Amino acid sequence: MSVPRFWRELDTRYNLIGSYCKITKTYHYPRRSFNPEAGRESIDSMKDYQFKGTGEVVSSTVVHQAQTGYEMFGPYCIAIIKLDEGPKITTQIVDCEPEHVKPGMKVKSVFRKLGEDSESGILHYGTKFILNEPEEAINSNDEDISNIEV
Amino acid sequence: MREVSVIGVGITKFGELWDKSLRQLGLETGLAAIKDAGITSKDIDALYIGNMAAGSTLQQEHVSALMADYCGLAAQNIPATRVEAASASGGLAIRQAYMAIAGGFIDIAVVGGAEKMTDVSDSESSYTVSMGSDEQWESKAGATFASLHAMIAQSHMHEYGTTREEMSAVSEKNHYHASMNPMAQFPFAISTEAVSNSGMVSSPLRMLDCAPNSDGAAAIVLCATEKAKKYKKKAVKIIGSGQASDTLSLHHRKKLNQMPAIKIAAKRAFKSCGKKPSDLDLVEIHDNFTISEIIALEEIGIFKRGKAASRILKGDTKLGGKIPVNTSGGLKARGHAPGATGIAQIIELVQQLRGEAGERQVKGAKIGMAENHGGTAATAVVHILEGE
Amino acid sequence: MNGIVSYGAYVPTHKIETGEIASVWGADGSAWAKNLNVYSKSVPGPDEDVITIAVEATRQAMKRANLNGDHIGAIYTGSESHPYAVKPTSTIVAEAIGATPNLTAADFEFACKAGTAAIQTCLGMVGDRQIENGIAIGVDTSQGAPGDALEYSASAGGGALVIGDKNIIAKINHTTSYTTDTPDFWRREGQKYPRHGGRFTGKPAFFKHVVSCGMMMMQKAGTEAKDYDYVVTHQPNGKFPIRAAKTLGFTNEQFETGLLTPRIGNTYSGAVFLGLSAILDIAKPGDRILAVAYGSGAGSDAFDITVTDEIAKIDRSETVESMISRMKIINYATYAKYRGKLNMGATK
Repeated sequence: MSVPRFWRELDTRYNLIGSYCKITKTYHYPRRSFNPEAGRESIDSMKDYQFKGTGEVVSSTVVHQAQTGYEMFGPYCIAIIKLDEGPKITTQIVDCEPEHVKPGMKVKSVFRKLGEDSESGILHYGTKFILNEPEEAINSNDEDISNIEV
Repeated sequence: MREVSVIGVGITKFGELWDKSLRQLGLETGLAAIKDAGITSKDIDALYIGNMAAGSTLQQEHVSALMADYCGLAAQNIPATRVEAASASGGLAIRQAYMAIAGGFIDIAVVGGAEKMTDVSDSESSYTVSMGSDEQWESKAGATFASLHAMIAQSHMHEYGTTREEMSAVSEKNHYHASMNPMAQFPFAISTEAVSNSGMVSSPLRMLDCAPNSDGAAAIVLCATEKAKKYKKKAVKIIGSGQASDTLSLHHRKKLNQMPAIKIAAKRAFKSCGKKPSDLDLVEIHDNFTISEIIALEEIGIFKRGKAASRILKGDTKLGGKIPVNTSGGLKARGHAPGATGIAQIIELVQQLRGEAGERQVKGAKIGMAENHGGTAATAVVHILEGE
Repeated sequence: MNGIVSYGAYVPTHKIETGEIASVWGADGSAWAKNLNVYSKSVPGPDEDVITIAVEATRQAMKRANLNGDHIGAIYTGSESHPYAVKPTSTIVAEAIGATPNLTAADFEFACKAGTAAIQTCLGMVGDRQIENGIAIGVDTSQGAPGDALEYSASAGGGALVIGDKNIIAKINHTTSYTTDTPDFWRREGQKYPRHGGRFTGKPAFFKHVVSCGMMMMQKAGTEAKDYDYVVTHQPNGKFPIRAAKTLGFTNEQFETGLLTPRIGNTYSGAVFLGLSAILDIAKPGDRILAVAYGSGAGSDAFDITVTDEIAKIDRSETVESMISRMKIINYATYAKYRGKLNMGATK
């Protein structure tokens, strides 16, 4: 993705900035200047809105043949989620066992690297999602530090 | 509005055509179609080209002029137009030519579709295919084209109880049909078990649920029916045509397990000729993934919503069944060369309606339908053809 | 009165155990773990780096105290693993917390103490009334060369402190520094992995600076070890900080809360921030904390801190401890994949 093409949508990706239509009282993501449901009247009625970053899984899949740039994650979870304010988005759900993700699970946003132009190119950052209730940690390895020789 | 007929067809075998370039493929099928129609290049009024991805796979745009030139039509300065709507490019090119002839602007058009998917690496061709969905908000978010269809499948399985075995039956049936089609990329039968046990691509879709990214080309000659008799005895009429679009991204749809553009395009096509689903003798469906064929049959109205999968498993869509679907082998087994696919579907119908489909002939076939779509069905184009 | 208005921390979800790393190199895992007192270390995911960790930690700090971007006049991020050699981490953090454009920002580098240098800068600017609040961030995703001793400890994580003069949850009474030219650890421009002086990193480097700076701080504050409830120092492994703390006269009870390296590894610029966050997670009004950072090259920054009544007013539901308890073990193959240690070859 070229630098201006990424930069133009920077706050949409970093901070989940979308639009709120004052006519239909509905939310839209990504940002758009026109609400098809409200027609041309909506052109001046759309205002920026920062989504809370919470929602739930509508459908998900475990991707075994990765998209270009996502090879290091394989296998990984791609889901369509519904934000609490209404709009649906396609996103990776990270930091979980991908097959544990099921419709109805609550998710919240995190700030992650989305990719890069090339090894020497610009880095792309933005929003991904994690499960709201993290899975049980498998184990921990606490040591009694008072016995450590120094 | 004038009636329009298909008077000639030409197609290459689909597959990995290492020694053939895009222009070579276009020339071969164009010449074959002209020869089949019994016309000369002087009779052609316009050229329409369906091509999805020459820009990203070959760094070559302006494919319309390229094809006109290499097919020997540059000397007569023929009007040449390229049509692009992802995998629906071919079907849409036919519709453009159909409208130009029906509207009386021209009498004869050659419609060609060609695609070279193997001149780039597998990952590049896969990314190219995913350009048919929303590159910014789907592909860049990590969604592959298969993963979007996987979520469609998950949603369909969840709501209608569609099973693994039923999806496998789509692929098994299409391979069985391809075993009788010498032009198919995979002209051999496979079992439902083989499909169910093939490698996972994006759950629940497995390798053998997915159509290949093929090289290939196909061309047809369209002619105003009133002038067709002069050239061809067995002309096949295009009696219905419909087109529709939908949101580009899957996540903006109300329901993930429906493809309303297909429903509306089919409805428009039916309306244009006063036919209904029960009038169809055979159907070519855009089975880029097994789930797509199941949903398309429901959208067209051939089966009730949620009922297509079990009917496919029962054998109702197999050759000899109630309504044969994808006798060519479909995208899965005939192969899927995006720009050519929609035209290859029409060629299968023409061969069937002429009674020239050999071993896979649908007996007494009179009316056939082709459903071709792009992306996750953000564009759908449907044609209904009738033999004499 | 200047001090900490809020704090945030972030530790990645993945970890690898010392024994797993040792088994790849045919080394004795339990001996390495015991010698370093490091039993597991955090591993950033393929989509995590200094920038994402800095943003997550800073967002937590903002949320804890209900701050918004308008409150922030400066952002300084200290790290030795900034993703860009040229282009600031801090501007991306500023954008991601909605603090642009009315602020100043820059990235700092001083090995593992770049973040505490940022705290001192913020203190100066707040004290001089140039800004209302400044954010100092210390984050790293450092790497040890495969098979090198550093591979057992170099990990990822970080924290952010909002420094201001109103509603402060912990007063910074004093700060002092101790700086010399001591080349114990370095990474040349263009090199992927740092190099170090082996045992030279101990006595003439870490211990000399941390102990001297800690002593200077207590002298300046007129305090003794027993006056503090907590102490946290830089912690390149699990042993050095214990020895330094004991040399300064501290006991287990004072240093165990802030000692995280045995479980999450050496987070470099993030280490003192994370240790201090773990202390602030449970601290009560009136608690006194000594923090001593160390950066190779070399220098130490020390802070004498007193927790205020305001700490009861912020949201402390998300803790460093809860983040550590969520960590999941990965194997060396996954670690190598996540950390870019696989040579993928050229595809174009």
